[in-house]
Amino acid sequence: MYRYDAIDKSVIEDRAAEFRDQVARRLSGALTEDQFKPLRLMNGLYLQLHGYMLRVAIPYGSLSANQLRGLARIGRTHDKGYGHFTTRQNVQFNWIKLSEAPDVLDALAEVDLHAIQTSGNCIRNTTSDPCAGATAEEVDDPRVWCEAIRQWSTLHPEFGYLPRKFKIAVTASAQDRTAAKVHDIGLVLRRNREGQLGFEVMVGGGMGRTPYLGTTIRQHLPVNHLLSYLSAVLRVYNRHGRRDNIYKARIKILVAALGAEDFARQVDAEWTAMDRQAVDLPDIELARIRGAFGYVPFADLPPVSGVFEAARKADPALARFARNNVKAHKVAGYAIVNVSLKAPGEVPGYGHSEVRVTHEQNLVLPHVKLDDLAAVHAGLTAAGLAASNINLASDIIACPGLDYCALANTRAIPVAQSIARRFAEPDVAESIGELKIKISGCINACGHHHVGHIGILGVDKKGEEFFQLTLGGSGAEDASLGDVLGPAVAYDQVTPAVDALVEAYLRERRGAERFLDTYRRVGLAPFKAAVYADAH
Amino acid sequence: MPMLIEREGVTAFTEAVDTFVRLAEDEAPEADHTDLLVSFARFQAEGEGWLAEGRRMGVWLSAVEPVEGLAYDLPRISLVALEFAKFRDGRAFSAATLLRQRYGYAGQIRAVGEVLRDLAKDMVRCGFDSFEPADDSTPEQWAASAFRFRHVYQSAADRRAPAFRERMGEG
Ligand code: SF4
Repeated sequence: MYRYDAIDKSVIEDRAAEFRDQVARRLSGALTEDQFKPLRLMNGLYLQLHGYMLRVAIPYGSLSANQLRGLARIGRTHDKGYGHFTTRQNVQFNWIKLSEAPDVLDALAEVDLHAIQTSGNCIRNTTSDPCAGATAEEVDDPRVWCEAIRQWSTLHPEFGYLPRKFKIAVTASAQDRTAAKVHDIGLVLRRNREGQLGFEVMVGGGMGRTPYLGTTIRQHLPVNHLLSYLSAVLRVYNRHGRRDNIYKARIKILVAALGAEDFARQVDAEWTAMDRQAVDLPDIELARIRGAFGYVPFADLPPVSGVFEAARKADPALARFARNNVKAHKVAGYAIVNVSLKAPGEVPGYGHSEVRVTHEQNLVLPHVKLDDLAAVHAGLTAAGLAASNINLASDIIACPGLDYCALANTRAIPVAQSIARRFAEPDVAESIGELKIKISGCINACGHHHVGHIGILGVDKKGEEFFQLTLGGSGAEDASLGDVLGPAVAYDQVTPAVDALVEAYLRERRGAERFLDTYRRVGLAPFKAAVYADAH
Repeated sequence: MPMLIEREGVTAFTEAVDTFVRLAEDEAPEADHTDLLVSFARFQAEGEGWLAEGRRMGVWLSAVEPVEGLAYDLPRISLVALEFAKFRDGRAFSAATLLRQRYGYAGQIRAVGEVLRDLAKDMVRCGFDSFEPADDSTPEQWAASAFRFRHVYQSAADRRAPAFRERMGEG
């Protein structure tokens, strides 16, 4: 993976020093809370229910084992022993003291981590494919472009104070594991007929109160012009995005107001007039970045591992784990292992000491030898992390909700736990198959409920927690926004309702259809009937 | 009168005397007001005459007034003041960038409004060279904030060599 050179290190050190100075000025009263707020947000520091929350960037979801240990250390020293993996490939510490925040940043800088632009109205950490560099599906390694974006967007002098936050996703596989279509900019790498790499550029996707899927404004942007083109998009947005109403300030509202065509025209005009050569990375720099990702010392192995095949036959738990959590690797004799965090415990380091964080709040060990799979599984089992439920009903995305978040209407984590318990029986979960359940504790949609196969949104009804269900959403390559099922249900009715939805699916399912496929074929009616039947 | 800080050379900042008289909307200039700072509307209406009288003109743009409106007049304008109504309103960064990079404007660009030293780096990088700090910053504090970062990643109006050029041994 990419390692910081002296220049990269200097930037995070200088940023930590700058923040120390800002905290000191806040504590002395030289800065008002009003002035300090945007500054601390630029460095990932939120004021929450229990105190300050610090959000640490995991650049495009990639962590070394050493960095993971660094995070664990911070969790122990400055938090209460926890870290929360977010849906944006970040990690959050929920109990940070303001006076200790600068020390935490120094501790992060020691392992090349930081909190730069993890919040505030600026360009945030880029989302990427957790299987990058390991999956055979990809046309190119998306992390090369993510790193280019990381550098370009870090402390960008023109785009630090945008109308609203700005999120970019990069994927290079047919199967989209980044939810690219619900980002402010979604970039899909492809080769055209001549074999040249280019980006499909989608803008204006997003969730929150007014969910939109991104619209394509360019089919094939030559890769070497990525940064100048992004600069043009950001400049149009920075100048013309609304600043009068926080709920209408995202780029999706600007794109919708202008129409995608007009927006694209304005971007093109900016782009044409720009000195692209000054902005775009020269080939030699791209090659340097690419080289940093290229070097993984793979062994020469046969495609089938006798050790693993024997172990899998002998151990049904391992066989189940392999069925659900292990995916094909581009190199013979290796596998991609998904580690489900929807179970408590600690994470061991495996797979060339590299770990990826997914937007579905799980971890990926990108390069595990098939020969080692049984040992890895045993290690995960010992740590309580061997849940074989990737993409199954118990692999639920939930935002922090009322347990941690000051904006929440309802709890989210206990709802997730209750549903997960209902589908805990592995045979049941496997027979249901892929089912993505996503829960948000309020309309801000941090749990991505709009794109859940089943989405659950917490709403407040006269001081009581209610939950609105949506069906048929997807954040993958077949992206869509969910449809509202009907009236919201009470807290203790959520799990029975999900149960009824699953029963209805099993009745209606044809062949190997997933829940999503069945819903798309038959529509709302049978699901509605199932959930609201007993309500009368 | 707030202090005025001006950039001097590449890395130095000094306290400066503001020679520009800020005219209120209905105020007429005195004969000895050689340097005038006026709103965009006022400049459009009366700028021609004042320039003909041999005065130096400065134009004050709020965040919603596009720099494109000044394009043809820029060679005759000595100062453009870009307003930060709130410091977290970043439109003036794009405005300054366009003035320097697209229009090749060589006059002074002044930051006015809620101007904090926490923005010094971004302002300098986008081409501002004159500042009215709202936080009592001294020129020394301003310089420290503007050049706190030993390296930068992007090319910008200040022509600082970005990291990718430094890595190639340029800069
Ligand atoms: S969706 Fe609402 S409750 Fe959940 S984390 Fe976001 S703001 Fe908080």
